[in-house]
Amino acid sequence: MARTVLPFGPQHPVLPEPLHLTLTVDDEIVKEAIPKLGYVHRGLEKLAEIRDHTQMIQIVERVCGICSFLHALCYCQGIESLMKVDVPPRAKFLRVVWAELHRIHSHLLWLGLFADAFGFESLFMQCWRIRERVMDLQEATAGNRVIISVNVVGGVKRDIDKEMEKWILESLEKVVKEVNQLRTTILDDYTVKQRTVGIGVLSKEKAYELGAAGPTLRGSGIAQDLRQTGYAAYSELDFTPVVETDGDSYARTVCRFNEVLQAADLIKQAFSKMPEGEISVKPKGFPSGEVVSRVEQPRGEVLYYIKATGKKFLDRLRIRTPTFANIPPLLDMLPGCDLADVPVLILTIDPCISCTER
Amino acid sequence: MKQSVVVLEAASAIESNSINIISETKKLKDGGYRLVTMSSADLGESIDLLYHFDQDLDLVNVRVNVPKGNKTPSITSVYPCAVLVENEIKEHFGVEFDGLPLDFAGMLYLDEEVQKTPFCKIGVNRVETQKQEAK
Amino acid sequence: MFMTKTVLKNLLTKYATRLYPFQKIETFKDVKGELKIEMEKCILCGVCQMKCPSQCITVDKKDKSWEVDPFACVYCGICVEACPVKCLFQERLYRPPVDVKQIVRHVQEAKPEQS
Repeated sequence: MARTVLPFGPQHPVLPEPLHLTLTVDDEIVKEAIPKLGYVHRGLEKLAEIRDHTQMIQIVERVCGICSFLHALCYCQGIESLMKVDVPPRAKFLRVVWAELHRIHSHLLWLGLFADAFGFESLFMQCWRIRERVMDLQEATAGNRVIISVNVVGGVKRDIDKEMEKWILESLEKVVKEVNQLRTTILDDYTVKQRTVGIGVLSKEKAYELGAAGPTLRGSGIAQDLRQTGYAAYSELDFTPVVETDGDSYARTVCRFNEVLQAADLIKQAFSKMPEGEISVKPKGFPSGEVVSRVEQPRGEVLYYIKATGKKFLDRLRIRTPTFANIPPLLDMLPGCDLADVPVLILTIDPCISCTER
Repeated sequence: MKQSVVVLEAASAIESNSINIISETKKLKDGGYRLVTMSSADLGESIDLLYHFDQDLDLVNVRVNVPKGNKTPSITSVYPCAVLVENEIKEHFGVEFDGLPLDFAGMLYLDEEVQKTPFCKIGVNRVETQKQEAK
Repeated sequence: MFMTKTVLKNLLTKYATRLYPFQKIETFKDVKGELKIEMEKCILCGVCQMKCPSQCITVDKKDKSWEVDPFACVYCGICVEACPVKCLFQERLYRPPVDVKQIVRHVQEAKPEQS
């Protein structure tokens, strides 16, 4: 029984972004895993010292393409509380609409990649075909498909009128119908269950202690979701977190699948309760003080620490993304599993390495 | 407070120092808190370390001031998940942590060619710290 | 033998995908596409250069020229909103791909002398 050291390289057909793991393998069972990051490090936090605080919104959006609106939302919330700006209620509801659209498209992208990880390519194509409807919605309302820059300090830049609202609700009905048609294929299929049930179990205590975030935490039975704090109009919507208790890969898949349906429901509620009014407020001056701001991204909770001293440039901007917090649970799940399960396990934490390394 | 945006006013962070930090974190862990992350900022003569803890969406912050060139104990004995964050702060700011189990020696994000810590206004030489590790 | 029915059905029904580039879809309105300028209205104030997050616009007051690097531009639309005379606008279509990088340069013509 010789031990081999295998590199799970930065280029792998399954990984969306480069991540390197050094696996110590004993006859196809993984014994130890050591990560190595740094392939997409761009040093974006340092740019806060040479770009003013309104230009930083564009930079912060480009930390990650899949969750870009939520990065800008977290940053804008922090700056708005430092400058004591009151966002108008219509802008808060519009932010909820775009945030939930982002959540739907991120989870559908993940479902496609997950199916591709165990070779189920036709399911991958079907999930991404449904995702195209959501990308059309984003393009029509905000102007871009992927990096929608609609956030400004004090509100949003664009409005959604009644005709667009009707079209959005019709498209969402179709998305929900098509996702429900895929339910038996994703969740009740014999092959999918053989590859996911009982694999990569993360117990409740370990998930809490190691600092997991997002569906990795909620799939192990802890009902914690930052949307319960009620930022940006979530306090006026009817919302309970989606929780599963088993803690294996199957539970995390079910959790993300149900979150897609919940997000569509939240958009319908937001449209029914949206008030009329203006969409942004012009702030004056420069921010000063320290603030910690948190928001629920599709992958978990993101934390922004902003320190400003009243000058044009910020003093310090620190971003901690959810994948950074999910890497220690991944390193805990890997020992004991088969070598063929390693790609599937890495995908269940939904890795977004460009978020991790900024 | 159950809020998603928390402004750190003057007295809302618990002040601590390098000697007491391990006992403070043990107290918080027994109280059921989990570590969210650590932040750091450059204050000229010293580095300001902020530890963020969370329980049930309530945020508690602990502030530690570390003069440049001093060592501070690592909290990986209490929270093993802090190993990645401490490596990142070591690499970017040059803060030495005592007792890191998995040490990347400044190679987590940056290459060997980067000579000075990037985030400090007056950078600490990284090459010297790497040579000390090798000894 | 069992395949013949499927093969015939696939040959006779229409395509499931769109035949790009012979059939292109039209983008929606207000899409942030290619950046263009109406050079007669420009007052060469330089606000677009200051606000651009990727620093891709160069305004030269002496030569009366306005340049943009379309490969550095991120199509965010901040310059369009910041312009005081509203001479910048974004097309509905994205830039077609080219094989050589270029910089787009517009020079303002001298106004005719009024007698």
